[in-house]
Amino acid sequence: MPRKKKTGTVASGTVFPVMKKAAPSPGRTAAREVIGKYGGRKRAVIQVLQDLQERFRWLSVETLEAVALELDVPLAHVYSVATFYKSFSLEPRGRHICTVCMGTACHVRGGTAVLEHFERRLGIPAGQTSPGGEVTLERVNCLGACALAPLAVVDGRYYGQMNESKANEVLKPILAGRDAPPASDKGPVD
Amino acid sequence: MKQYRTHLLVCAGTGCVSSGAFALKDALEKEIAGRGLKDEVLVVTTGCNGFCERGPILIVHPDNIFYQRLTPADVPYLVEEHLLKGRPVPKHMYVPSAGIEPVPRMSDIDFFKHQRLIVLRNRGRIDPEKVEEYIAYDGYEALAKALTAMTPEAVVAEVTASGLRGRGGAGFPTGRKWALCRREKASPKYIICNGDEGDPGAFMDRSVLEADPHAVIEGMVIGAKAIGAAKGFVYIRDEYPLAVARMGIAIGQAKERGLLGENILGSGFDFDLEIVRGAGAFVSGEETALIASIEGQRAFPRQRPPYPAQQGLWGKPTVINNVETWANVASIIRRGAAWFSSLGTETSKGTKIFSLVGKIKNTGLVEVPMGIRLRDIIFGIGGGIPGGREFKAIQIGGPSGGCIPKDLLDLPVDYESLTQAGAMMGSGGMIVMDQDTCMVDIALYFLRFTQEESCGKCAPCRIGTRQMAEILARITAGEGSLEDIKKLETLALTVKQGSLCGLGQTAPNPVLSTLRYFREEYLAHISEKRCPARVCKNLITFFIEPEKCVGCLLCLKNCPANAISGERKKVHVIDQAACIKCGACFNVCPAKIQAVAKYTGEEGRALLDERPAPAEP
Ligand SMILES: Cc1cc2nc3c(=O)[nH]c(=O)nc-3n(C[C@H](O)[C@H](O)[C@H](O)COP(=O)(O)O)c2cc1C
Ligand code: FES
Repeated sequence: MPRKKKTGTVASGTVFPVMKKAAPSPGRTAAREVIGKYGGRKRAVIQVLQDLQERFRWLSVETLEAVALELDVPLAHVYSVATFYKSFSLEPRGRHICTVCMGTACHVRGGTAVLEHFERRLGIPAGQTSPGGEVTLERVNCLGACALAPLAVVDGRYYGQMNESKANEVLKPILAGRDAPPASDKGPVD
Repeated sequence: MKQYRTHLLVCAGTGCVSSGAFALKDALEKEIAGRGLKDEVLVVTTGCNGFCERGPILIVHPDNIFYQRLTPADVPYLVEEHLLKGRPVPKHMYVPSAGIEPVPRMSDIDFFKHQRLIVLRNRGRIDPEKVEEYIAYDGYEALAKALTAMTPEAVVAEVTASGLRGRGGAGFPTGRKWALCRREKASPKYIICNGDEGDPGAFMDRSVLEADPHAVIEGMVIGAKAIGAAKGFVYIRDEYPLAVARMGIAIGQAKERGLLGENILGSGFDFDLEIVRGAGAFVSGEETALIASIEGQRAFPRQRPPYPAQQGLWGKPTVINNVETWANVASIIRRGAAWFSSLGTETSKGTKIFSLVGKIKNTGLVEVPMGIRLRDIIFGIGGGIPGGREFKAIQIGGPSGGCIPKDLLDLPVDYESLTQAGAMMGSGGMIVMDQDTCMVDIALYFLRFTQEESCGKCAPCRIGTRQMAEILARITAGEGSLEDIKKLETLALTVKQGSLCGLGQTAPNPVLSTLRYFREEYLAHISEKRCPARVCKNLITFFIEPEKCVGCLLCLKNCPANAISGERKKVHVIDQAACIKCGACFNVCPAKIQAVAKYTGEEGRALLDERPAPAEP
């Protein structure tokens, strides 16, 4: 893989120093691995970022740089893609992830009140991570499980017909700093 | 293959999985083994049945008995009664409404009875992870026919003659699109399946991908042969991991069987299919934006023409169709254009899948012939509005669509009628709204949605949607003026005409349609500072009716703002200055007490006047 670029520039103009070939960072090794899976194709940048985010839970500057170097595309390009699509997080995400659906079906069945309740209980607005890194609260526009509206997902498990008291139950262990309780069944995302 | 006397079909769609389908399956398998029925009864997982709200669902085949909302604890009794003694168990069956006898057979349930399945024909009967089950129900027969007995021109002609139109949005005739692309000289050509399904409230594409991925693959291979493409992409939303997984399995199995890849069915035709995951941007469902996304770029739409059929992926001729469109193709080829076009109306042929959600009794996915009346969907299949509430409107077409009022319930569902009524077929999301849904709030909801999802490339969409959302927010806050309605209408026109892509061009529809049919609700917010549906926080007051309150402390304990005072067995009182109007008290007050009420307008303000004015938030 050719390595021409020694620095990368993001939109804001900040220049990130980039490591020389010395000991490859974990990000670099992971990037190489994932890129290999996509045959090194430049167009796979979105898929590569997705896989890396799955592994690291978020995309650090080092990860973006590693992808740029390994794919041999400008860092600005990687950065523009990473900031355009909503599923990428350029900040560390919490140990627990709560997602509240704000799709139309959930909205007419009280999704907004559910989100506000999560915000109050967790003490953070949607889109943020609690200061200790314990939990991130996210919103999503429809998860395609609208029959269960209003819907919330906690650590990959879907909870339908959400309401205040159900939310309190589900959030209890998180607020107590422990793992989420086993749901009635495993959700489609694990 | 081993013969079983009974198959237990456990629905493993997203809805049922969330409500415990796998636990049910495990319990069934254990019980069946324990009872020595292992050689007679087989437990199978299937794709989504569409009646998601009733999950987990179990269908006993061949008896055609439908069980709903089962838990592992129900299993021992159910197995003993139904499978050993042959007595179906009424208490787990569907009951249309209180006091009516349970309906044992799936085919007699209103929700299923009026449906006509083409795209969803395999739902609930095959395991989507087993290609042999798809094949057992005529799967890949159409492909064999298209590859060995038809010319590409004949395939295009058949699809054209069927009258199939795109199921992803605009309803462009599919055959015409294919013919356009086929005519192009440039090569290579590509085909794409649009599974981005961004319309919030629509989940038919998810269901098709999860329940019958081979139907999409078969359609795509036929399409590829017809236009002369050797490579295809299935673009699936990132929020649908199960769909991605099932499609991945299906592609692998199709390749193993020579139904995909090189020299398909020995015909010498090569076609390869790749999955690309979306990354959470609504605009990436727009065809030119989606193409940019597959190329690894940001999903910015571009000006059309040239259309993708002329210059698409990497500038090459590309056919892009929606999941449901592709899933129709094999049936058309297998059964013929005449059969397909015998269903539906003059201009809209075949069936369409709708997701019936919101304030409706039977929530789920329904496939019905085009031209069916809205009333038949909402009341015939959907069972009407729950909780004795009154139907107000049905929102069709998502952020590009509009709200259709009660007066138009007899409207036939086809592309033209819906557009004329100010809505749009879109992908087929149908969100039912009742008297407790505020139409101005809904308009605001959609405008906030489009504003957030606007990619920002063109100014009318980027700025116009923001201004419209601001005005709507003002009106819902009770700070609007009559002038604002005029401004909304002017802005709507500008955004519609000036925007680059369909997102902006249709973004004003939710506002225009609510202004058209529910203008009086806008006027109530503006002139009387009243929200008739009692939704808009600034315009409502929560109040505990002293004569109804039994002093149970429930609301008091649940109030996050500590705004409720009272003691056990004493009437509770809301401190209006401290109330944040979250509605928790309203929701927790037991249904048979209903002591918490919402007031709006004059009445609401009168309640406030007795107390200190609420602090500004
Ligand atoms: C903002 C926007 C979002 C869209 N989202 C989708 C989508 O999620 N799925 C889809 O199939 N079509 C979507 N479309 C329509 C596509 O541009 C395109 O018309 C469609 O995929 C063509 O397939 P069809 O002819 O089979 O409907 C969208 C269009 C716009 C303007
Ligand atoms: S609207 Fe919430 S899952 Fe679809």
